[in-house]
Amino acid sequence: MKRWTKYIGTRLFYMALTLFIITSATFFLMNALPGTPYNNQDRLTQVQLDMLNKKYGFDQPLMQRYVNYLGNVLHGDFGVSLQFSDQPVATLLGQRIGPSIQLGLQAVAFGTVIGVFLGVIAAMHQNRALDVFCSLFAITGRSVPNFVVAVLLQFIFAVTLKWLPIGLWDEGFRSTILPTLALSISPMAESCRFIRTEMVEVLSSDYIELARAKGMSEIRIAFTHGLRNGLIPLITVLGPMTVSLMTGSLVVENIFAIPGIGEQFTKSILSNDYYTIMAVTILFSALLVSVIFLTDILYQIIDPRVRIEGAK
Amino acid sequence: MEPILQVNHLSVSFDTYAGKVEAVRDISFNLQPGETLALVGESGCGKSVTCRTIMRLLARNANIDQGSVLFRGDDLLKKSNREMRAIRGGKIAMIFQDPMTSLDPTMQIGRQIAEAVTLHSRVSRRDAKKRAVQLLHQVGIENPEKRYRQYPHEFSGGQRQRIVIAIALAANPDILIADEPTTALDVTMQAQILDLIKEIQKATGTSVIFITHDLGVVANVADRVAVMYAGRIIEIGTADEVFYDPRHPYTWGLLASMPTLATDSETLYAIPGTPPTLIHPAPGDAFAPRNAYALEADRIADPPLFPVSATHLAATWLLDPRAPQVQPPESIRLRAEEYRQKQSAKGASL
Amino acid sequence: MRDIEQKRALIPDSAFRPWEPDRQEAEPELPRALSFLEDSWRKLRKNKAAVVTMILLVIITALAFLAPVLSPFDPNEQHLAWKNLPPKWPGVNMNGLNGTSTFRGRLVDNYALAKVPEGQYFLFGTDEFGRDLLSRCLWGTRISLTIAFIAALLDLTIGIFYGLFSAMKGGRCDTIMQRILEILSGIPSLVLVVLMLLVFEPGITSIILAMVISSWIPMARVVRAEGLKLKSMEYVLSARALGASELKIALSHILPNISGIVIVRAMFSIPTAIFFETFLSFLGVGMKIPNASIGTLLNGGYKVFKLYPYQMFIPAIILCVIMLSFNLFADGLRDVFDPKMKE
Repeated sequence: MKRWTKYIGTRLFYMALTLFIITSATFFLMNALPGTPYNNQDRLTQVQLDMLNKKYGFDQPLMQRYVNYLGNVLHGDFGVSLQFSDQPVATLLGQRIGPSIQLGLQAVAFGTVIGVFLGVIAAMHQNRALDVFCSLFAITGRSVPNFVVAVLLQFIFAVTLKWLPIGLWDEGFRSTILPTLALSISPMAESCRFIRTEMVEVLSSDYIELARAKGMSEIRIAFTHGLRNGLIPLITVLGPMTVSLMTGSLVVENIFAIPGIGEQFTKSILSNDYYTIMAVTILFSALLVSVIFLTDILYQIIDPRVRIEGAK
Repeated sequence: MEPILQVNHLSVSFDTYAGKVEAVRDISFNLQPGETLALVGESGCGKSVTCRTIMRLLARNANIDQGSVLFRGDDLLKKSNREMRAIRGGKIAMIFQDPMTSLDPTMQIGRQIAEAVTLHSRVSRRDAKKRAVQLLHQVGIENPEKRYRQYPHEFSGGQRQRIVIAIALAANPDILIADEPTTALDVTMQAQILDLIKEIQKATGTSVIFITHDLGVVANVADRVAVMYAGRIIEIGTADEVFYDPRHPYTWGLLASMPTLATDSETLYAIPGTPPTLIHPAPGDAFAPRNAYALEADRIADPPLFPVSATHLAATWLLDPRAPQVQPPESIRLRAEEYRQKQSAKGASL
Repeated sequence: MRDIEQKRALIPDSAFRPWEPDRQEAEPELPRALSFLEDSWRKLRKNKAAVVTMILLVIITALAFLAPVLSPFDPNEQHLAWKNLPPKWPGVNMNGLNGTSTFRGRLVDNYALAKVPEGQYFLFGTDEFGRDLLSRCLWGTRISLTIAFIAALLDLTIGIFYGLFSAMKGGRCDTIMQRILEILSGIPSLVLVVLMLLVFEPGITSIILAMVISSWIPMARVVRAEGLKLKSMEYVLSARALGASELKIALSHILPNISGIVIVRAMFSIPTAIFFETFLSFLGVGMKIPNASIGTLLNGGYKVFKLYPYQMFIPAIILCVIMLSFNLFADGLRDVFDPKMKE
């Protein structure tokens, strides 16, 4: 137990350190940005600029602003959006996080379930037609960028066939189908490939032979002993999978005009909206760091072998 | 007595990139109810393949070229996969070589035993668990109730092999195939596991096929011994016959290379050369190139199994009446001598 | 019993004499040992997908780097009268490849409407400024591949250096270097790359630098892990016992033995780099117009894809073929060099 406390403590410390470094890096990078964050900046006079700078505190020395910003972030205050009529960034992102999370969860769930299923099928038919098919599918999924898939899906199912909405977030579940499909390509390919490799190794192990000698059927072996052992390490790739989903959502949300974090981020990038960019970066980093942390913990809880090593 | 298992003229080959490997070539043997038959030979001689053929657990590139495996008169090689699953673990159970990897590392060992129980009989979960605990007790795991819920890594190698044995016993099989069950264990563990297998056999009356490359292990457990070389049985007989009156030069070599208390270690014998590859084996006796007693006849044809006694057969041309008389190595003669004295002493005491 | 008699009949009495030892000759000749490269190549050749994609990659790379010679037009040359012309192939009369398109339900010959002289073909069509898309695709592929190759090379160099150093030094130094990696890997790389590109002038150099900032990390990890494994191997210990310096051990005993894994890694990092580049350009922070890269072509095509789908689909197909080829080829290499590697 004591070891656990220490382990979690160390991990939390490094998570905080990571976030601190990222926050600082983002802050200084943003302040090195050329141009100003204001609308119609070309038409502003120097006097107007000075007034705006004073209003947003950009006239203070850099270090002073840095310390202020860090303090504010700790209190959950991420500043105000310079583009959206001084709305607090926290509120702005709060409204937009829902669709992003919903899409992300749907994509991970759908993608992994299908991917795992295909991976098991492939491993059971190692080096035969079905395996080649599944592997080819997985490798295609990894090779075709999700924004290309998104555009393709939009073109086929929304523009040409008109079965599903072309974008936006106003038709409930129907609006989520195409973006979810586009985003799920990556977790699908990733988990299919991962499970196949794991399962091929597992299925050739002695305990599977023993299960066969017990008189179990191949399918039952694959889905009980095989999948048990193959699924546990899949947890370790959940972290990277989340990252690829986040990056995917940056563009996919844009393509389908979904009011999520990613779409907000691209908008902010193109308009130098400092505080929003910083807040999204910190949010993404926090998400990533905690997903990695949680999967590590989960892995140790679930795998009895690791669990015991931890206790020693 | 009707044999429980009859293997007739079985040949098994594997397709590999290098060519067709003839792993088992025309072997036949019987197994009587309640007896222990040991299959002995160097690695790669086909003993494991034979057992996997009986269990129908061969890899996908294996072909059964000829022969039959009759279990209580039914040919196992003609059974459907579904029928075979009922026999595997139910009627014929198997123990594997490496207990460290034979158990699912992510499943409680009790559940792995209970799984084997429920696969072959309609019992409730609770009864399956009860049976699993009882099996754990039977194979000598202490505190079975508690250990039921533990994972394989919480057990030592010897204990794990006991658990594997418990799994094999789950459905009261008629035949237990033990594929080198002690090879991966240290010497004290080996003895314990051998004792356990003997004990179980006494209690349940199962037949055992015991695969090993170690004649020393065989001496303790086997009723009959079949010596295999390059995919063939080259000598088969009762344990006494094979140990004390061996007729095949390969068996001589095996016995001579077995250290006993009497041999001084400097003269420990080793069979020269290495086993042949079984890809397109040349005609004639596969052992001939390593055989100091080889005859020209070995080059022409593979020797048949000549009967030595009603229970003892050996495949060497030396047993042909036309063959020259040869003397087996000294240690083998000494053994035979010792044995005869013991027998006559026994006879005298009776 | 009959078997025995049959077999006995085969043997003449004279054969019952000791075997004359010609056993030495029977010793089969062992095949010549293959060198590492020969062996790898032999294994790779068995993987059909890897061979096909390797040839494909050679062709694509050659086409891309011969772009200055091959492309029929300057990629930035505008023909405002000939804008948005669909692809037209000589001798092909198939809708979509014959210079016609459907406009308000009617098939129109865009080339005739734009008064393009007979015998002038745009195999991939033209874009909104009348630039030749074939030329732009060739130049775009060239830029994308350049970025990917250089980025992969930098990953490799930094990763090997950092990983080997960490593994060889060991102890406190290794711990600190690992902590640094741990912290860096918590940074969502794509977001960081985007920020970097906002700050620096967009262009090939800044894209490459921005990508390399985070993408060398996995390489360093793999090199360190393998290095640690090899470091405790007996042959390394014996080299050390013989007085070899740490540097010599690292370069001549450890590096050659991790080269397989490193090559496979590098192969996988090329498609990742291509993906990043297209992603950034698609997002609008990568290569700046008018310079063509696959990403900017996709971005340009996307803006008009409902009207002129070919302008998006042609670069998309090129991208997919390149990505697929690299991934399949890298997969084949992995099977050869490191069959147990999972990712």
